[in-house]
Amino acid sequence: MPCLNLKDMTRIKVLKTYKIYIGGKFPRTESGRYYVPKVNRKGIANVCLSSRKDVRNATQAARKAQEPWADRSAFNRGQILYRIAEMMEGRFDQFVSELIIQGIEKKKAEKEVAQSIDRWIYYAGWCDKFQQIYSSVNPVASSHFNFSVLEPSGVHFIVVDNTSPLISIVSTLAPVIAAGNTAILLAPKKSPLSAITLAEILHTSDVPGGVVNILTGDKDELADHFSTHLDINGVIYSGNKKKYITQLRKNATSNLKRMRFYDEDWAKKDAQGPHYIKNVCEVKTTWHPIEVIGASGSAY
Amino acid sequence: MKKKSVIDSSNSPKVDQVGIVERAARFTKRSIKKEAKMQGLKMVLNMIDLTTLEGMDTEGKVKQMCYKAEHLHDELPGLPTVAAVCVYPNYVGLAKKYLGTSGIKVASVATAFPSGNSSRAIKLRDVKMAVDQGADEIDMVISRGKFHQGEYQFVFDEIAAVKEACKNARLKVILETGELGTFDKVRHASDIAILAGADFIKTSTGKIKPAATMPVTLVMLEAIRDHYYQTGNMVGMKPAGGISTSKLALHYLIMVKETLGEEWLSNEWFRFGASSLANDVLMQIVKQETGIYQSSDYFSID
Repeated sequence: MPCLNLKDMTRIKVLKTYKIYIGGKFPRTESGRYYVPKVNRKGIANVCLSSRKDVRNATQAARKAQEPWADRSAFNRGQILYRIAEMMEGRFDQFVSELIIQGIEKKKAEKEVAQSIDRWIYYAGWCDKFQQIYSSVNPVASSHFNFSVLEPSGVHFIVVDNTSPLISIVSTLAPVIAAGNTAILLAPKKSPLSAITLAEILHTSDVPGGVVNILTGDKDELADHFSTHLDINGVIYSGNKKKYITQLRKNATSNLKRMRFYDEDWAKKDAQGPHYIKNVCEVKTTWHPIEVIGASGSAY
Repeated sequence: MKKKSVIDSSNSPKVDQVGIVERAARFTKRSIKKEAKMQGLKMVLNMIDLTTLEGMDTEGKVKQMCYKAEHLHDELPGLPTVAAVCVYPNYVGLAKKYLGTSGIKVASVATAFPSGNSSRAIKLRDVKMAVDQGADEIDMVISRGKFHQGEYQFVFDEIAAVKEACKNARLKVILETGELGTFDKVRHASDIAILAGADFIKTSTGKIKPAATMPVTLVMLEAIRDHYYQTGNMVGMKPAGGISTSKLALHYLIMVKETLGEEWLSNEWFRFGASSLANDVLMQIVKQETGIYQSSDYFSID
């Protein structure tokens, strides 16, 4: 029998299968399909090609998680967002090397990861502060105490179609969950790795299952399914494809989804702010009857 | 005498647990799409016993449920109604009044539901109260304590006595399989119930977990099948508790069809005890018709 020489064997590298993230679990796509995104004609990973049923399952998970998430105290949500940043810091190098795999040069990658972590911190701070800025006591001409507060709109579907995959995802996702919404995020098709690694971070940083669900796949294939879905309350599209925007707008009319289209360079310092949180909220105004309007004096 | 034989558990066939679990899992692999799915979904709707069995039930809640039973989703014409509503005995009269001539049956739990821990006299009065108010169906619970003590004769006699008290109402016997422990015991309890005169056997009260599962339902369906082969008499089946998605409900229909045959595919012989299943089925039906995924925001509260 010929002797097997272990020294002569070259090791075969294991190509990671990046699984999607639904309801706090990492299933493969229900459809069993996958694709291999390429950088310089070389496949970088096996990635799930999600189907409409994955969208449905993710929506169910997001719906179930929304109320308990919104019921948490704003302060607690802030703590959890901060925890995400802490966990990301611990895997800084992995995020950098994955960005490099996806075709971004090292210096830029390092900057993007650092910025993404800082952005989580930024929105962590806003969790229990944006309400004070946007809420108001309104002067009215009748015997009512009239005030307006922000409430989360519900379940948001986020489509990220940018070349800087990590910062775009963090910048669109963070304000959504900071407000008490839940989200389903469709990662950019060409560079989906950072999104799934972020899912692994979210999974280990006290974010309850279902609050963020991350899918990979083809945005054109899924557009009609999520934008008509009656249980999705808002759609955020970060990108600049005009035709796509028109398609989403049309479909969203059925249940009057909140539509937000961002064509920003998320790497910019000012591409953040509490108004991104306000954009995913509804204003609730309450008319509370009072006896004498003058009794409250100059407070009005 | 038959009555004697069933009292001895050795006369009930032993259940192959591995076989049952595997067989039940096979039913979930069938793919039902398009027209067949629509037909199946409508059949499921028509087999539902819309149920409210809470301590906090009010007249308003019962009234609302009765309305829902008749008007599942008026936006979609041509839908069937559910088979029955299922309430506590003190609401039978009320439900009867609201359902009027709609043809929807009123089922009532009785016999010290859900524990069944009371004297026989009280249990029979419980049944009488429901029957007198016009209940079409009685859902009784067996005495699980006595069953576990090996007093099978007691269990048998009790079911027979309740059956007598039911008069014309059909009797569903709840085994509460989650408290029986093994498939062998479920099979034995099914045999006792069937021979004591049950018109239906039912898995669970819905108050404890596990409630209805596919394997346990399959064991009971096989008891019904064996009885049918021996005597030619049909007995109904009602899984209850934990069936809340239309997909799962369709799996059950497949299991019934492949175990008992098409004769059982009507609400005369098969029911689902459920409270939230109806809305899920409705959402699926509307999805099939429109192609758009639905939200519970646009359906009535269950």
